[in-house]
Amino acid sequence: MSDKYTQFVSQGFGRELARRLGLPRPVELRRYEAGKPLVPGPVLVLGNGDEGRSQSAEGIAVELLSWGLDVRRNALPKEKLGAIVLMLDQVRRPEDLEVPMLTAARSIRDLAPGGRVVTVSRTADSAEDPAAAAARQGIDGIVRSLAKELRDGATANGILLGRDATPQSPGALGALRFFLSGRSAFVDGQLLTVSSEAGRAPGDPDKPLAGKVAVVTGAARGIGAAIARTLHRDGAVIVAVDVPAAGDHLAEVANEVRGTALQLDITVPDAGERIIHHALERHGRLDILVHNAGITRDKLLANMDDGRWRSVIAVNIASQLRINDAILGSGRLPVAPRIVSVASTSGIAGNRGQSNYAASKGGVIGMVRAAAPLLEARGGAINAVAPGFIETEMTARIPFLTREVARRLNSLQQGGTPADVAEAIAFLASDAASGVSGEVLRVCGQNLVGA
Amino acid sequence: MPSAAQSPGVRKAVVIGGNRIPFARSGGAYTKSSNQDMLTAALDGLIARFGLQGERIGEVAAGAVLKHSRDFNLTREAVLGSALSAETPSYDLQQACATGLETVLGLANKIKLGQIDSAVAGGVDSASDAPIAVSEGLREVLLDLNRAKTLPARLKILARLRPKDIAPDAPGTGEPRTGLSMGEHQALTTAQWKITREAQDELAYASHRNLAAAYERGFFDDLLTPYRGLSRDSNLRADTSLEKLASLKPVFGKSLGAAATMTAGNSTPLTDGAATVLLGSEEWADERGLPKLATVVDGEAAAVDFVHGKDGLLMAPAFAVPRLLARNGLTLGDIDFFEIHEAFAGTVLSTLAAWEDEDFGRDRLGLSGAFGAVDRGKLNVNGSSLAAGHPFAATGGRIVASLAKMLHERGTVDGRPARGLVSICAAGGQGVVAILEAYPSAEGEQV
Repeated sequence: MSDKYTQFVSQGFGRELARRLGLPRPVELRRYEAGKPLVPGPVLVLGNGDEGRSQSAEGIAVELLSWGLDVRRNALPKEKLGAIVLMLDQVRRPEDLEVPMLTAARSIRDLAPGGRVVTVSRTADSAEDPAAAAARQGIDGIVRSLAKELRDGATANGILLGRDATPQSPGALGALRFFLSGRSAFVDGQLLTVSSEAGRAPGDPDKPLAGKVAVVTGAARGIGAAIARTLHRDGAVIVAVDVPAAGDHLAEVANEVRGTALQLDITVPDAGERIIHHALERHGRLDILVHNAGITRDKLLANMDDGRWRSVIAVNIASQLRINDAILGSGRLPVAPRIVSVASTSGIAGNRGQSNYAASKGGVIGMVRAAAPLLEARGGAINAVAPGFIETEMTARIPFLTREVARRLNSLQQGGTPADVAEAIAFLASDAASGVSGEVLRVCGQNLVGA
Repeated sequence: MPSAAQSPGVRKAVVIGGNRIPFARSGGAYTKSSNQDMLTAALDGLIARFGLQGERIGEVAAGAVLKHSRDFNLTREAVLGSALSAETPSYDLQQACATGLETVLGLANKIKLGQIDSAVAGGVDSASDAPIAVSEGLREVLLDLNRAKTLPARLKILARLRPKDIAPDAPGTGEPRTGLSMGEHQALTTAQWKITREAQDELAYASHRNLAAAYERGFFDDLLTPYRGLSRDSNLRADTSLEKLASLKPVFGKSLGAAATMTAGNSTPLTDGAATVLLGSEEWADERGLPKLATVVDGEAAAVDFVHGKDGLLMAPAFAVPRLLARNGLTLGDIDFFEIHEAFAGTVLSTLAAWEDEDFGRDRLGLSGAFGAVDRGKLNVNGSSLAAGHPFAATGGRIVASLAKMLHERGTVDGRPARGLVSICAAGGQGVVAILEAYPSAEGEQV
């Protein structure tokens, strides 16, 4: 699973050779470690007023100072920056973008490796007039373009504020912390909407899930095992679920994260009830449900058979719908849990030979959007992450050349790790993200396909 | 006479659950696995199922029948290799095939007496990774060599070695006092009780069919953790038929000629595997939100004089069960599940025949007549050793965990807790039997 090319071009001769030949030069991404600084240098905060000032920029600068960060309102010559935060929530016309963007432009080259650009703006569809909508939608294009320009593991992402959210909303601040931190290492060129005032900052930023009970399906290996580890690291008690046949790997994961193993085929009709029963009996609560279990049974549609089609739909989407119904219908849960579902970029952009898989993963996205109001009404929320090329046992079986091409086809020019997907899920499951619901967050390094 | 469980001052011991690895025919998937490997795997699956990582369990007891001398502390070593607290005390126990059940009874008694609050009982056996001893001749030479001080003395000792001394002593399951294998012993008993080939094949067929059905309905989903690529017992033949079983040639009792009825199909094969059972007091289970499936009510051991031919080698349970039921004021009619270990189909059927026999009841059990009949619809309803296989010391744990789950699923019968009987015969003419009852579930317990 190791990406030898990235190791080769990261230093010495390999680095020089790749530069001279114009080959992709991926770097080791900056990833979260407890106790390490949130960003690799000072944070430049710019607003959309004169000289990059605005009221919301002031507010965010104060907030970032309270996080213990080194904040700049003006760039110092030659100083390396950890991040640039662009507060664009008050733009009214496309012309308003010029000052903040050109101010930011002068600092782009000063971004440290693994640096961040984060924009904060309002959703275009909540704009009161076409000019405001044009300005807001323009930011979408800016983020996606800038993400493609940044090098050395730096990323650009945006936070979109819905009508009921402000830059100081817990969800907006939570998303800002996520995008600045190493937790978002493989999230690039993405815009995440915060739709409400809901949520609260964690007491301990290194244990944002303390006291929570989280169920993770498909937890025996790969991305599921990484999700279990990451949620456990963030403080959650883990119920690790997988099919009985994967029970040995499942037991290893459960013992590693000091949780409980539940051997369960999620396609059985009472899977939801059994999950709820186990979580309540053993751990007294159920706060987080991660629908990660999924299978691929690839075949060109022309060669598709009913077994391949049916099993993928049954495992990847039908089971999730049924389990969600059980959650919503259960009288035993005081509050509906935070649900995070694993979709796929295949469900967005499609993939040759994966019509069944794409149907199921597109289905996940549809489900998340439609289920959001139902979960919110019960005090919960539902979101999805859509991983791109992730280095797993599954992708390690892709033929070498295909795999090598797939890896490089994103702005970070490398595959992500299971932990990168897990970090995004941990964020979406946290109290800080309560104001985020019905969203699909891509963890794909800004994959060029279907972006 | 009141049973021990009902005496004042004695608390309940509950079966919380169990875990085993699938049983593998010897020479199969677990050929390279040691007893310690398998017992550790079974323990780790149990720990994962019940979230016991780092927990200091009151005591863990397990054992193996075929044991290397290096495994003198087998259970303790398995605990140290598991996710349990290293401060969990452990001991090995050995009572041939009754080992697993005896660990359950011994630990349950400690819980009942308040000596411990939690326990893991179990057993493991590998017929593949069996110890091989050097011949007596070589052993004596090696020991003398170790004691010799001078080179000439050593050479003199070495000169005693003969080619035949080099051949190892293969492990056997023969009875030391009769020289007969267990199968040959049972063949005599089977013939004595006039058990037909057809009846034995039918029992074997039912065992496979019942076990396969239990797997199909997911009965083992929370009783078993896969190991080394196996997720079902490798001996299970879901597609076997009476015709196939009838086509097998007898392997035991061939000296009986036409009366030879015991085949590889109606006898258990040599098997590798491990099983564990989690026991606790009610309070210990409640504090951790763990299920309480069944209570361990009572147990009884018996032994027979097979050496002088008074009874068959594996007939001890025929005596233990009447004594156990009498002590608890019960009859065969009060039992809802019979788990009679299928060492051989002939063993089970000989035991049932003895109980139905007027003379046996009167002369050997001291009753006024026959002890009674077992309702065959209540016998080994989820299969037993003929289908699952029989890693000697692991069978007790397999049966207790499965029976506890069955009792829990059944709940009550005629307003009283469902009741199950476990009967396990063992080498040396011994047998251990036990009664389990469903733990009364709270009213209206629903999802």
